Amino acid sequence: MTEGDQIPELKVTPDKYLPHRYAGASGDFNPIHIDPEFAKQVGLPQNILHGLYGMGLVARANVAAAGGDPRVLKRLTVQFRGMGMPEQEITVTGTVKSAGDGRAVVDTVAEQNGNGIIRNAEAELALDQQ
Amino acid sequence: MPVDDSAKGKSFPAFEYEVGKEKIGEYARAVGEENPVYFDRAAAQEAGFREVPAPPMFAVVYSAGSMGPAIFDPDVKMNFAAMVHGGQEFVWGEPVCAGDIISTTTEVKDISEKHGKGFYVFETVSTNQDGAEVVRGTWTNIVRGE
Repeated sequence: MTEGDQIPELKVTPDKYLPHRYAGASGDFNPIHIDPEFAKQVGLPQNILHGLYGMGLVARANVAAAGGDPRVLKRLTVQFRGMGMPEQEITVTGTVKSAGDGRAVVDTVAEQNGNGIIRNAEAELALDQQ
Repeated sequence: MPVDDSAKGKSFPAFEYEVGKEKIGEYARAVGEENPVYFDRAAAQEAGFREVPAPPMFAVVYSAGSMGPAIFDPDVKMNFAAMVHGGQEFVWGEPVCAGDIISTTTEVKDISEKHGKGFYVFETVSTNQDGAEVVRGTWTNIVRGE
């Protein structure tokens, strides 16, 4: 990895029931994620994806870019912006901001329909891990 | 209205979580992981892990039992109905593997106000059964209309 490189794009379309599986896996059963009626009652267009699910995709894209070993990911900082929806494609892209001394820092974004759902994400990767 | 920052510095008792192999698999499938190390013991050991490792973001699973009580703590006085999870950072140390017993403590790092919004920052520190730090999390929750 060298400065300015793009990491391979990750494209995922979470299905209708993904928020339910992620709720079970994570233990976060907030009804805004799993109950479309409740979500509408509190002013959302529908049930929305868990922000930490999106962060999980950002982590996945960065780990994959550095060879797939989970030990490569040393730090991940994100800001949650906008709402992710089930049944619409999410694209995770990243650019290497700096690289050297066996480490790389990657600026990463997760978008859905042109809206950033995760912005200013910064991943620090250990390149000597493999 | 200024935020009440009197809970700043408050810490919460350790929460213990025993990591199960099938729970790692359930989490890994939910986020679409395909690397066999997350599902297959032989693949994990071949890659140099003691046991099946957890994906890094599995940190949310074992940290939740410590973070939950901190968010709802009456001293913190966070208006949950107007709260959004604004930002998150994890810094990873020793990998977490099936069979590990992870102990997580939470501290209220900061409570402040900016542009009429309340910022509530919590830090979690998770260690394994050998006392090695596995992850340090910084959770920023933003409350509108403070």
